[in-house]
Amino acid sequence: MKDLRIEIRSRVIVNQVAPFAVLVLVLFGFALDADQRTLRLFAPGLFWVAILLCLLLAVQRSVSLEVINDSLLGLKMAGLSPSSIFLGKAMAVFVQMIFLELFLTGGVIIFYGASIDDLALWIVSGLVAALALSATGTLYGALASGLEVRETLLPILLLPVLAPVLIGATKAYSGALGESVTNGWQWTGLLSLFALAALALGAMAYGVLVEE
Amino acid sequence: MSTRKIFKRNQGATSSPKSRLLGLATLLGLVTLFVFAFFLTDPDVRLHPTTGEEIGQFDAVRLLYLHVPMAIIGPYVAPLVGAVASVGYLIKRTQWWDVTAHAAIEVGAIFCGLVLLTGSIWGRPVWNTWWEWGDVRLMTTLILFLMLLGYLALRRVAPDGQKQARRSAIVAIVAAINLPIINRSVEWWESRTLHQKSTLSELKIEDLTFFTLMMGIVVFLMLFTWLVLHRFRLGWLEKESLEQDVLTSIEERRSEATVNEEGTL
Repeated sequence: MKDLRIEIRSRVIVNQVAPFAVLVLVLFGFALDADQRTLRLFAPGLFWVAILLCLLLAVQRSVSLEVINDSLLGLKMAGLSPSSIFLGKAMAVFVQMIFLELFLTGGVIIFYGASIDDLALWIVSGLVAALALSATGTLYGALASGLEVRETLLPILLLPVLAPVLIGATKAYSGALGESVTNGWQWTGLLSLFALAALALGAMAYGVLVEE
Repeated sequence: MSTRKIFKRNQGATSSPKSRLLGLATLLGLVTLFVFAFFLTDPDVRLHPTTGEEIGQFDAVRLLYLHVPMAIIGPYVAPLVGAVASVGYLIKRTQWWDVTAHAAIEVGAIFCGLVLLTGSIWGRPVWNTWWEWGDVRLMTTLILFLMLLGYLALRRVAPDGQKQARRSAIVAIVAAINLPIINRSVEWWESRTLHQKSTLSELKIEDLTFFTLMMGIVVFLMLFTWLVLHRFRLGWLEKESLEQDVLTSIEERRSEATVNEEGTL
């Protein structure tokens, strides 16, 4: 189920979302009217803001796929439990996020002149943050699905909830990219806690949502 | 269904003798509170130990008699009531819990907004800034306020009753669980904070100040209860009238159908 989904979606991610992410990086460059030193300093934060915007697109996409084919009904009829549908969808978004993170890291290295100082921290915090984002995103995608105003409702519901992830991931990346002396591992711990809570809550709540 | 129609059906009001009494008591309490806060208590003026200069919050301290009670209700009491009612809804699945959650969160959102506003007005002369990024409670309240607005937005657009109630309940519960995490993350993010560490526990403040502050908390809790009560009744009537409308139109269609059948016969 998961692999199939990723396969179907990956083309949209590569063709549209990834270029959008690069565009955001470039726009930040224009907006800050900045030399590489400033951009490098703010690279972790800008990176994660760009990722959040991409997450919104990825989640919208993930939800609209269900609507077009009414595939949720199919999955339910195939006897899959709601929590495994949730985990499957979250994993699909997770893989997309990892792809985008790798892609955008290339972007900040090229455009902003950033460099990875702490490889282990970079990998672990990136993975954990992607997990937190995809689990929360999938849950909120389901919350907003089926509504006419889905596109406008999702950001206002999702972004405030993700505030701790943005803060944590930015701090962890500041450590990993060597831009500030923060305890990146402490932040990664907070991100892990958030990711676990989001996964558990999502798996529980999804059942309530797909009852419809 | 317009509010006016609902009012007409219920002979003009969402009040009952008891809630009218509570409303009256709250009104009296508010007037008394204003008299104490703005006239009877002293402005916060102290003398600097070495230079002898006058320092302190001066008249700005009076705003705290409104700000602190609202800050207890908006970001703490109201979301808690909302989250508990939402859990109650998911267990019991009755309209009562759903309407309670909605009422508490809607009133809570107003209080949160007022807390941010009064805090900002107070912060301008005292902290010399409208907004302080490094302050944990300020940032947490803002994010909470945005989450509450999201909840209300969802309530406005979600389709039928059951669906709306289920989704809203989940949003409220997630917001409540997320709150300590947001608080912790902002705290780590900027470890310095301007907010006073609970002055109440130190018991250094004067008797009249303390009394006024306590009175403020009681009066605002009454106000909160009164507002939630009325919002609850309004929400309940709204749901009932919606159901009534559906029943009426079913009835109408049915009678039309009977007429048609008779006509053809």
